[in-house]
Amino acid sequence: MLRVSKVVTFLLCLGPLGLLAWRAYHGNLGANPIEKITHATGDWTLRFLLLTLSITPLRRILAIPALIKFRRMLGLYAFFYGFLHFMTYVWLDKFFDISEMLADIAKRKFITIGLTAFVLLIPLAITSTSGWIRRLGGKRWQRLHRLIYLSAIAGVIHYLWLVKADIRKPLEYGIILTFLLLYRVFLWLGPSNGKRWGITLPGRTQASVE
Amino acid sequence: MLIKKPDDIRSSEITAQSVYLDRRRFIAQLGLAGAAAGIGLQQVVTPPEACAEQQIPNLTKSPLSTSEKVTPMTDVTHYNNYYEFSTDKEGPAELAKNFRTQPWSVTIDGAVAKKQKWDIDSILKFAPSEERIYRHRCVEGWSIVVPWVGFSLSELIKRAEPLGKAKYLEFTTILDPRQMPGQDRNVLQWPYVEGLRMDEAMHPLALLCFGMYGQTLPNQDGAPLRIVVPWKYGFKSAKAIVRIKFTEKQPINTWNLSAPNEYGFYSNVNPNVDHPRWSQKTERRLGEFFKRKTLMFNGYDQVANLYAGMDLKKNF
Repeated sequence: MLRVSKVVTFLLCLGPLGLLAWRAYHGNLGANPIEKITHATGDWTLRFLLLTLSITPLRRILAIPALIKFRRMLGLYAFFYGFLHFMTYVWLDKFFDISEMLADIAKRKFITIGLTAFVLLIPLAITSTSGWIRRLGGKRWQRLHRLIYLSAIAGVIHYLWLVKADIRKPLEYGIILTFLLLYRVFLWLGPSNGKRWGITLPGRTQASVE
Repeated sequence: MLIKKPDDIRSSEITAQSVYLDRRRFIAQLGLAGAAAGIGLQQVVTPPEACAEQQIPNLTKSPLSTSEKVTPMTDVTHYNNYYEFSTDKEGPAELAKNFRTQPWSVTIDGAVAKKQKWDIDSILKFAPSEERIYRHRCVEGWSIVVPWVGFSLSELIKRAEPLGKAKYLEFTTILDPRQMPGQDRNVLQWPYVEGLRMDEAMHPLALLCFGMYGQTLPNQDGAPLRIVVPWKYGFKSAKAIVRIKFTEKQPINTWNLSAPNEYGFYSNVNPNVDHPRWSQKTERRLGEFFKRKTLMFNGYDQVANLYAGMDLKKNF
């Protein structure tokens, strides 16, 4: 059952990429296909980051601890779409012009913070294996993986700093992220607060080696 | 005053000669037509949707046109900024579908001999319609080549009889939130206002525009009347204009009001002055894979003398 739902989830997560490829193949990406690809991969990076961050609250509130089994996959998909997003910039926007990219990173705040968001995900992707969890030890691994909070915050700011005037969409991501982070704040505040919010304190290591 | 009158048929009454089909439907249509012809059923094939655009008769070709490849109409009409309808570039095409462009009049006021209100149909008769194929560069870094229809803005200015103290023109877009859903949100301050210096507005390249691709303007592209200032970033070319005011003081244009450090009054296309958040050195021409180098004044060097001695880094 778990295996089946994991395969299904895996395929579902490939959906956005599949749809993009399908539309590209049919010349159906609109007047500015490269912009569409850039936006779609960026959007999905943020969505997967938020999905990854909702696993902990959801499994506790809904009392489905097994949800933890999907967290690694969702996190890796966030990295995957982030990598595609990064590569559209490197390839389709800058055409591998290193000096232009360096100038961009130095001068453009939204590029700087976007790159930060992506780079922060790299160590998390590398250490996502069971082997690395063992090697680092649950506690240290967990501490390292809190970098996802910074990455998600940086990702939302990246979007906010990029739009011209209409901040509605980055704001939506920001609001969801705020709730997900606030949940953790309440979690850390203590058992009495925690219980009221349907939270049980992390007795076992939440790193949860699968 | 001698005003050339090509004909007395209201342009709004001229029957559409063709209907606009989007590319994919058009191709499907071809296939269908072929099949139908094969079985003798041509009459089955009817145009899927007739749009409001009408052919503009007696177009003269302008020597000011570029010979560059024209961007397909579908791209131009389905990818543009028109925040009065939507901040999404694919939104205006659908949301502007029922926008009413008749009746329409333009108020001329400020430093002019006398305040006037001109009906759109009388404005269109000020001068013969020309087709002008211009490069159009958006401040966001994409560009298109559009066969606009209109005549020099100077034709209107002359007839407005501006006073000597008139130094600027202020263009105001219609304010009508019931028709323009984007105006319900305070993304920008409405109504949209743009401005030009008198000598810029009098330059022959500055176009008073009411059509494109040989037809009247589609609603999402600023119907029924807009300006096109090809050496400036696209947002300077105000759409759906209802008022032209002649002023002594430099108008405050909407984007400048929204973000003064990002969008200036002049907003000339300039690869050497970056937007604070992104480079303006290159642009993506719609339909092209590689980016192009952006040209000074969008390649319209003939306007350079308007800015002789000005620091264009300061006056961005």
